[in-house]
Amino acid sequence: MIRLLAFGIGIALCTASANAQEFSLVIRDHRFEPAEIKIPAGKRVAITVANEDATPEEFESSALKVEKVIAGKSKATVRVGPLKPGRYEFIGEYHADTAKGVLVAE
Amino acid sequence: MLGAAVIVFREVIEAGLIIGIVLAVTRTVPRRGLWVSAGVLVASLGAALLALFAGRIADAFAGSGQELLNAAVLGIAVVMLMWHSLWMAKHGQELAASMAQLGRAVSSGRRPLTALAVVVGLAVLREGSELVLFLYGIVAAGTSASSLLLGSVLGLAAGAAFTALTYYGLLAIPTRYIFSVTSVLIALLAAGMAAQAVQYLDAAGLITVLGERLWDSSGLLPQDSIVGRLLHTLIGYNDRPTELQLITYAMTLLVMVALNWIATPSRPPRRAPA
Repeated sequence: MIRLLAFGIGIALCTASANAQEFSLVIRDHRFEPAEIKIPAGKRVAITVANEDATPEEFESSALKVEKVIAGKSKATVRVGPLKPGRYEFIGEYHADTAKGVLVAE
Repeated sequence: MLGAAVIVFREVIEAGLIIGIVLAVTRTVPRRGLWVSAGVLVASLGAALLALFAGRIADAFAGSGQELLNAAVLGIAVVMLMWHSLWMAKHGQELAASMAQLGRAVSSGRRPLTALAVVVGLAVLREGSELVLFLYGIVAAGTSASSLLLGSVLGLAAGAAFTALTYYGLLAIPTRYIFSVTSVLIALLAAGMAAQAVQYLDAAGLITVLGERLWDSSGLLPQDSIVGRLLHTLIGYNDRPTELQLITYAMTLLVMVALNWIATPSRPPRRAPA
């Protein structure tokens, strides 16, 4: 039953991510690279965040309503949108003084 | 140091608010301290385990494991709150009717305590795993770890003080109102949790409908401010809710009120405790 549910969720997720446009970000030395990315407005996008630091980071954005912990040396996917045109700031909450970035929807 | 204190405090108050409310709800129940502590303890261990496997959890379900786990945790908490509401509505009048019956009624129905212990546990689990990861980061970074650690301890202490404040604040409410007040609090708590679960399912990519943001009140009251966070936990305040979140919020609230209404036996004709 659980396996069936997991399978169903997997299928749903695959179709969902197939529809989303993909972008990527890297966290290195508690900074985002690039610190600014442009995405299309009004569409769902999937942003893969690769944390190359050894320590975990929390990708957080109150504007985007995202809170996601990314373990050290690992990747995570953040799904956002559809967004209205504008600038949406995000931070790495565990190192908020250096880890800052902005998503520009246009 | 202050930064660490603020981060820890923000994580702790969300769980602290829920613990304070649950303690106030169960104030007359014998051995409630045991149940609530058990919930907190088990969940703290669980939070450490979650943090340990954070990487693997995040990778599950095509990278949406974390969101699905959060949504599931919130979903279970909502169900537990509904169960508690139902039980309280059934037995609340008996409880209020006679203090003598109190001990008997509660010992014959340990259920709401189990349910509330689970709610407390789930709240600690959710906030705790983030806390553990943050603290791990501090320890792993090495430099100036002691000052950050001191900040974290301060944040934790402030959070605990806040929990006590919530509890004693609620206790200050006159006894004949406290049942209605806590019923309303629990209903709002559940509605807020349900709306947040929707957000996680949206972030996981499972829900792709009704995702338009209805309004933006972040200029008025940002949700990531302390007051915004408190209201978020307490009544489900959201500065940029989606359509589906608002619908879910309203539906859950309706269900909570309906449960109270239906379950109350032979109610004298008066207005429902909303």
